[in-house]
Amino acid sequence: MRARLVFALAWLCAVPGAMAQDTRKSGFDYMSRDSQAMQMDDLANPGMLSVLDGESLWNAPAGSSQKSCASCHGDGTVSMKGVAARYPAFDEASGKPIDLVGRIDQCRRERQQAPGLAREGHDSLALTTYIGLQSRGMPVSPPDDARLTPFRADGKALYTRRMGQLNFSCAQCHDEHAGGHVGASPIPQAHPTGYPIYRLEWQSMGSLQRRLRNCMAGTRAEPFAYAAPEFIDLELFLAARAAGMKVETPGVRP
Amino acid sequence: MARALLNVPAKAKRGDIIEIKTLMSHPMETGFRTGADGKLVPRDIIKSFVCTYNGEVVFSADLFPAISANPFIAFTTVATESGTMIFSWTDDKGQTQVQTAPISVE
Ligand code: HEC
Ligand code: HEC
Repeated sequence: MRARLVFALAWLCAVPGAMAQDTRKSGFDYMSRDSQAMQMDDLANPGMLSVLDGESLWNAPAGSSQKSCASCHGDGTVSMKGVAARYPAFDEASGKPIDLVGRIDQCRRERQQAPGLAREGHDSLALTTYIGLQSRGMPVSPPDDARLTPFRADGKALYTRRMGQLNFSCAQCHDEHAGGHVGASPIPQAHPTGYPIYRLEWQSMGSLQRRLRNCMAGTRAEPFAYAAPEFIDLELFLAARAAGMKVETPGVRP
Repeated sequence: MARALLNVPAKAKRGDIIEIKTLMSHPMETGFRTGADGKLVPRDIIKSFVCTYNGEVVFSADLFPAISANPFIAFTTVATESGTMIFSWTDDKGQTQVQTAPISVE
């Protein structure tokens, strides 16, 4: 009986695909040990300074409502758990997908009745980083929402389309040459798990869209504008591609 | 308001060598960069950092324009007695940010 069970288990394990290994790697895995140590230590990771700023913005009344985010959402470390892991999501109001940065700005304008937050501005990054941290360690979990399917497909098309004077697609670098180098920089697999990140080259925090604009400029393509529908579609595709990987926000990147 | 992250052991044994780590948010604008208008962005860096332990300076540093934004400074000292560590960072604008951390020594 026992032998038969062992045999059955061995057979199960031999089924092709049943034990297929996940070959996906975070950008974290391509970094030097020093940069990894910086990301892992909450008292050395400069992204945590942004988290502190985000936390005080969360609790600060603003706009004509004189409400804070906390007035409606309570303790962010509880109510925002897992939220960042499932963005971009479908926005009923506009009938389009929206990313986390956009959702925060929407609450800011419509519910707090305060002036919108500039994309890439200090406050937008701080709130996004604070909310992102509440999903750290949780799996990227794109919503299973059929209304997102066409947008995700568009993101995939953009990912594989050649662009710019250098005529590269995202896929050529991040799928075909992941692990290789551009100059001295290792090419990661382009997983959006750490955003917003503290990038040493920027000497500051930056969003996923800032990273994507950098990649586009690198191929001498004209980057899409911040919040462009193309970027939301790309974000949707990248999230689906990274489904199940762990959120690392705030990541550190070279 | 500038932010700082301090890593000071809450407890130590007398005579122990303790490591102290500090991370301060600051743009550390070098004065060599040009802005969108083509003009130099005025220099604004943290010029000095001082740590006192029960009133006595145990570590100090002068900083220069080649140091990164949000400078991280780590150093060691000897745990002598319970008390307070006071950290201060002063920048080109003359602003001083002060943070304190208690330490208990047995
Ligand atoms: C010429 C090669 C190249 C192309 C084309 C390219 N990238 Fe990148 N990408 C890089 C390199 C190199 C890095 C890492 C840079 C660094 O860490 O300094 C990177 C980083 C990234 C990251 C950050 C990953 C992390 O761990 O933080 C994402 C996401 C990304 N790219 C997405 C894209 C997308 C989407 C496109 C297409 C619009 C694209 N890239 C096009 C080379 C490329
Ligand atoms: C007047 C009340 C109110 C205020 C103030 C408010 N929100 Fe919201 N927020 C809501 C409501 C209502 C929703 C929608 C919930 C839903 O549709 O499931 C929401 C949704 C969100 C979501 C998406 C949650 C999810 O599960 O997808 C985020 C993120 C968010 N708010 C962040 C913020 C931030 C950051 C602030 C402060 C800048 C803020 N909110 C201020 C009421 C508010």
